[in-house]
Amino acid sequence: MTEEHAEHILSYGKLTTVWVALLVLTAATIMVTRIELGVWKVWAALAIASVKSGLVIAFFMHMKYEPRLFRIILFVALFTLAGFIGGTFFDVLYR
Amino acid sequence: MSHLEKDSFGAKLGMWLFLFTEMLLFGGVFILYSVYLTRYPKEFGLGGHQLDLVYGATNTVVLLSSSLLAAMSVTAIKTGAKKLTLGLLSGTVGCAFIFLGIKYLEWSAKFHHGIYPNAPKLIAGPPGESIFFSLYYLTTGLHGIHVIVGAVLMSWTAVMVHKERINVTDNVTLENVTLYWHLVDLVWIFIFPLYYLIL
Repeated sequence: MTEEHAEHILSYGKLTTVWVALLVLTAATIMVTRIELGVWKVWAALAIASVKSGLVIAFFMHMKYEPRLFRIILFVALFTLAGFIGGTFFDVLYR
Repeated sequence: MSHLEKDSFGAKLGMWLFLFTEMLLFGGVFILYSVYLTRYPKEFGLGGHQLDLVYGATNTVVLLSSSLLAAMSVTAIKTGAKKLTLGLLSGTVGCAFIFLGIKYLEWSAKFHHGIYPNAPKLIAGPPGESIFFSLYYLTTGLHGIHVIVGAVLMSWTAVMVHKERINVTDNVTLENVTLYWHLVDLVWIFIFPLYYLIL
């Protein structure tokens, strides 16, 4: 791991831009759930929450700049969780 | 560099592995939420409408801002700006206190209306409603404990920065504590829409 010593310092400007994007997305998620979309508002809200998490993980948590191993284990964790959710609903919906 | 140099790669990898277990912990709570939502959609709707959107939205902004300050503190320490690091860490801890204060107001308003775990009003009401509020207290309570732990860790880190035990060359501890803080933010990013918005 030679690249581990290469420091990735994010500028204050870049971090602030991410923060502004997160606030805009928060406003968007409130607006989209105030209009009557039925079940779609659940998916819209969750989609926006996922984008927000992606921004926090990629930039605030520096994941974009970490070695590939970190992203691999992140996806292993997310797929595990998705598997739990999928398995649970397979039971709940088709019982 | 001597062999005594800290293994910051290993330290961060360990922190991330711990954060994954945290994701799975909160994931379990969210699975419970979604299963009971499919079973009691009407009661969850009625419960959700009793939560205060203004408190929820304010706390979202407070947490996102605290995350920004925490992320900036990493930039500050790596560029050797000790005073700025301390200021940013104090700002993060301040946001944690604002968050907990708002949570206190929110919970006490609910308690005042007879809505708390095992309350007579909930026992007498439909099962879906008491499940909604049990999950609400479980999820926000578990999250609140993480906020308190994060604030304590952040304060301790600030003392270490003050003593220069965490400095421009050796700062992986600060990075790991901010990673923990961002996780607290991540969890809230999902709690907010699930409890306050979609119902």
